[in-house]
Amino acid sequence: MQLDELVQRITVAYDNRTLLRIRGAGSKDFYGSMLAGELLEVADYRGVVAYEPSELYITARCGTPIGEIEALLSERGQMLAFEPPRFSGATVGGCIAAGLSGPRRQQAGAVRDFVLGVKLIDGTGQVLDFGGQVMKNVAGYDVSRLIAGSMGTLGVIAEVTVKVLPQAVAEQTLCFALNEGEAISRLNQWGGQPLPISASFWHDGQLWLRLSGARAAVEAASRKLGGSVAVDAQKHWNFVREQTHPAFASPQLWRLAVPSNAPSLNLDGLQAFEWGGALRWYAGDLENVREEAARIGGHAVLYRAPESQRCRVGAFAPLSPALLALHQRLKKTFDPKGILNPGRLYAEF
Amino acid sequence: MTPSDPLFQTNKAVLAARLKAILPAHCLLIDEEDLRPYECDGLTAYRELPMAVCLPENEAQVVEVLRTCHHLGVPVVARGAGTGLSGGAMPHAQGLVLSLARLNKILRVDRAARLAVVQPGVRNLAVSEAAAPFGLYYAPDPSSQIACTLGGNVAENSGGVHCLKYGLTVHNVLRIRVVSIEGDILEIGSEAPDAPGYDLLALLIGSEGMLGVVTEVTLKLVPKPELAQVVMASFNEVGKAGDAVAAIIAAGIIPAGLEMMDKAATAAVEPYVKAGYDLNAAAILLCESDGTPEEVAEEISRVTEVLTATGASGIKVSQSEAERVRFWAGRKAAFPAVGRITPDYYCMDGTIPRRRLAEMLAAITAMEDKYKLRCANVFHAGDGNLHPLIMYDAAKPGEWARAEAFGAEILELSVALGGSITGEHGVGIEKINQMCVQYKTPELETFHRIKAAFDETGLLNPGKAVPSLHRCAEYGRMHVHHGETKFPELERF
Repeated sequence: MQLDELVQRITVAYDNRTLLRIRGAGSKDFYGSMLAGELLEVADYRGVVAYEPSELYITARCGTPIGEIEALLSERGQMLAFEPPRFSGATVGGCIAAGLSGPRRQQAGAVRDFVLGVKLIDGTGQVLDFGGQVMKNVAGYDVSRLIAGSMGTLGVIAEVTVKVLPQAVAEQTLCFALNEGEAISRLNQWGGQPLPISASFWHDGQLWLRLSGARAAVEAASRKLGGSVAVDAQKHWNFVREQTHPAFASPQLWRLAVPSNAPSLNLDGLQAFEWGGALRWYAGDLENVREEAARIGGHAVLYRAPESQRCRVGAFAPLSPALLALHQRLKKTFDPKGILNPGRLYAEF
Repeated sequence: MTPSDPLFQTNKAVLAARLKAILPAHCLLIDEEDLRPYECDGLTAYRELPMAVCLPENEAQVVEVLRTCHHLGVPVVARGAGTGLSGGAMPHAQGLVLSLARLNKILRVDRAARLAVVQPGVRNLAVSEAAAPFGLYYAPDPSSQIACTLGGNVAENSGGVHCLKYGLTVHNVLRIRVVSIEGDILEIGSEAPDAPGYDLLALLIGSEGMLGVVTEVTLKLVPKPELAQVVMASFNEVGKAGDAVAAIIAAGIIPAGLEMMDKAATAAVEPYVKAGYDLNAAAILLCESDGTPEEVAEEISRVTEVLTATGASGIKVSQSEAERVRFWAGRKAAFPAVGRITPDYYCMDGTIPRRRLAEMLAAITAMEDKYKLRCANVFHAGDGNLHPLIMYDAAKPGEWARAEAFGAEILELSVALGGSITGEHGVGIEKINQMCVQYKTPELETFHRIKAAFDETGLLNPGKAVPSLHRCAEYGRMHVHHGETKFPELERF
């Protein structure tokens, strides 16, 4: 597939006001509020454009599978430090658009922290280049990072450059039997100390803690923290990352981003938490979940649910009127006719 | 610098009367002698006198000032400590300067949540000092950290010598409170790891006061590493030092800091700071490792191996905290040290892919001959951010013009080598023409539309950060490369 074909599709859609639903591998069709519009398949626009291990970046076309990128990075001992879910063949374009980060997020940063540049086709069919391939670039507004997590509503990500990092020399996973409250409190105490903690996952009275770094640092931390050394740890973190762990099995799953040290929430249905307590997963038909999350300074995403429910309550927490108006003005900036992924983020645009 | 702007015609008497009604007398400056200290920021070559300076003491006053300016159509230039190096806080002749210096309280340092909530006039270093009793600190450390403020850091997306490992301001800010030009308050981001909707935090950080005025910032604090040690390596060729930087990264090491200084820079610094630099070296590298003692020992030995293999002529490892601080003191004092050996200097801020470093330095050497000016180079080598310091004497006719042309050529070469015109200092007024080199018309138009989405009447910091297309057409006319004209779609005038 050529860039021109994508541009052509969007230009025609713009002229005819045709609504488009952008789709890579479709591994995140479940995510977001509403799926509407004619399918714009972008998975065939694929391939790595540039990879410079000593410059710590990789540039790839949107349809390139994450797995393919990671295999290439692995040959040079590098990785995508935000550990995005790969699901079934997830593409890098979808990964950036959805903005979902994995277990290492608390230590390494989120998807947006690693985006260095994008080639974007806006809603009029213009090709725009923002950012670049260097680590530091403050010329112009940081549109590249704005695109991360924008769910395809601001443009089609044709190409993206992300920062890559070396893989840790050593990793070890420790297990602790702790209830929810104890685990949250322990994780936050550890979080204030210089420990090489790279992931945490609590489920059903058990806390898994991954240490990554120099061999000596991992060994020293392991001695200091105690717990029992997990076997098959890599498999476990893969279950968490791909959300194939039973904790994610519910057909109605809420994702709550909260301050990491927020105490137990006034909600039933806690399945698991990650990111030192900052990401909590709840299951079920929860009435007050958005209010409860907001009360402690966080927000709740209806992560997985029947489409009818996602459309009714919205996948994402509502914005204040001032912020919603600003979102609508920004949307217009990139997509004046509102043809790209309408309603996927919010029903209003 | 900017001629009177036909877009804005401010009646000073009316403006002063309205401001007096909303601000106490000690929060408002309108006499020329009081305005003079505000005529420039850290980039002193560009100056302009504002009509007034407001120094609000609380957010409500900020809101009132902005509402008044919005109502009267008066330009507003927000200002922190005025340490910026791109003229971002240079006043507008028809406008007022909104100084946030008196909003200088640390509102909360939360040990359990590892964050600090501060007002925009709080100094960068003051945050780490306040967090130190808890074993925490705020990671971004621009060289001006004893003076520069968090509001300015947010506006510029400031970096520092440790951002290769710990990130820029955008990676370390969780939430900001922003007042729009209409006087509406927006909460952007949160203490949770993400917030609903677009990542407006990323858009606002580094937006150079063009989109809103920050009145509160929530910062991420990180645990202070148990130990930090720095390796100092000498090289007899600049190219070898550049290769060593690439080799360290390629070996899978992300040092806490990785800095380079050339001979001209060390020669300026050594008599001033006595850091112990090797004055015979063509370039020196400073490579810091931090973490647990075990981790540091392991990393230092790997770094030393790589440096030896890439031909370092001398290697020293700091043996005490005092020695580590001394090694860094030279680097952090590089700008003032150069300031001691020349009447004026002009600091550039291009970023390039690390592998093009030797090429860039050779080009700068050639430019020294071409423009008949000397240049010292300090370099955030780990992240490809170059700070050439062009030495000139503003009192000598023609020297500033040559320095400016020298700087412009470095920036344009940065873009040509695959980099950017600014890594951390911002575009401001200084690099406004080079924005026309880095971006094409569609991107610039998008930037203007983003600006309008926040500030429809264009009152916040007008004329900065993003050039008008006409300005680019004019600049393009003067700089035609290989017969290709940029912005061919615009009429020339």
